[in-house]
Amino acid sequence: MSNKSDQPSVERRQFIGGTLAAAGALTLAPGVILHAASDSDDAASGAASKHRWGMLIDSNKCAEGCSACVDACNNEHGLQGHDRPETDAVWIRPVKLKDKQTGHVNRLVMMCQHCEHPPCVDVCPTNASFKRVDGIVLVDRHRCIGCRYCMMACPYKARSFVHEALANQSVNAPRGKGCVESCTLCVHRVDAGEMQTACQEACSKEGHAAILFGDLKDPNSEISRVLKSHNSVQIRADLELNTGVRYLNL
Amino acid sequence: MRSSLISKRLFIILLAGLMLPAVQVFGESRYVTKNSKAASADSCVAPTDVMRRNHMDFLQHGRDDTVRDGIRGLKYSLSECIECHASRDSNGQGISVTEEGEFCQACHGYVAVNPACFQCHRTTPAESGSGSSYGYRLEAHTHALGMQQPAGRQRD
Repeated sequence: MSNKSDQPSVERRQFIGGTLAAAGALTLAPGVILHAASDSDDAASGAASKHRWGMLIDSNKCAEGCSACVDACNNEHGLQGHDRPETDAVWIRPVKLKDKQTGHVNRLVMMCQHCEHPPCVDVCPTNASFKRVDGIVLVDRHRCIGCRYCMMACPYKARSFVHEALANQSVNAPRGKGCVESCTLCVHRVDAGEMQTACQEACSKEGHAAILFGDLKDPNSEISRVLKSHNSVQIRADLELNTGVRYLNL
Repeated sequence: MRSSLISKRLFIILLAGLMLPAVQVFGESRYVTKNSKAASADSCVAPTDVMRRNHMDFLQHGRDDTVRDGIRGLKYSLSECIECHASRDSNGQGISVTEEGEFCQACHGYVAVNPACFQCHRTTPAESGSGSSYGYRLEAHTHALGMQQPAGRQRD
């Protein structure tokens, strides 16, 4: 009787062989393997903990009536509204603060602050909210169950929930109904090695240059140098979340 | 003698009748669609039978690497699947892979599975306008990583 089973016997054999070899290598020379892994950190790519991506927003430069960053963000990530401001997805939003006594007006943009200790990650029951090793806080939509605990936990009101079925999403940002989402610090650009977010690009194009993106861990990056020489603030610093997004002149 | 000839003929007609729907089903759903990039490629990123059986596993393993660890330009990528397998209409516009008879839907419909990929993922190739320079950036990145490019689409 011929055996016409369609089990992948060859693959299985290769897999078992490979696993045994890998296990053997680990037992024999764990140090070598670990060293090799850390050596190839640069080339093997992915997020690396030697970076921490952050942003600096100059409140003085944020212009009245300008929505270039919001439009650029919507365009980059394929965010479309339904004219329902209560529920439409917003990843970056302009905020105006007026001191009632003096009449002084502060403008700034508010988005996910990419905290070092993100409350959204603390509360997520499925580990869908997570912080990458390079400090970017994201939602893994493969795991998100749409419970919206993170939206409650976020002190910055930075997250949105997708209420409608979507089509024609951007390749940059796969997103769909029933998931929470927020600013990704243009993670697709960061992973591709581009050191400029869509909002920053748009803001510079408008001539305001109120947004500066960069590596907080690199002492020579522009953002680190400005942070060193200027007095910046974190919003709700009292929460000790150590935000990745900082503000000047606030 | 005569009756046996008739029964033979009947049998052949019956057999042909049985074969026809099967041929139609496989003819429509098993192979790459016309007017897609894949139609002119020698093979997918792995041998066709491997892809047919294992593509879901490849994608499922890769997605965590990409989303959680930021590893891009993997050999198996859903956006590459769509880029290559979506057929184009007469204007060169991509047709959704989940449309009736298109690459993904044809097989998934036939085997009655309903993958959740396309609740979030785009079902047509990226337009050159939206997300503009993303393609070239990813390509440069892939080169930097020295990762394998899909067979039949090797560059330089």
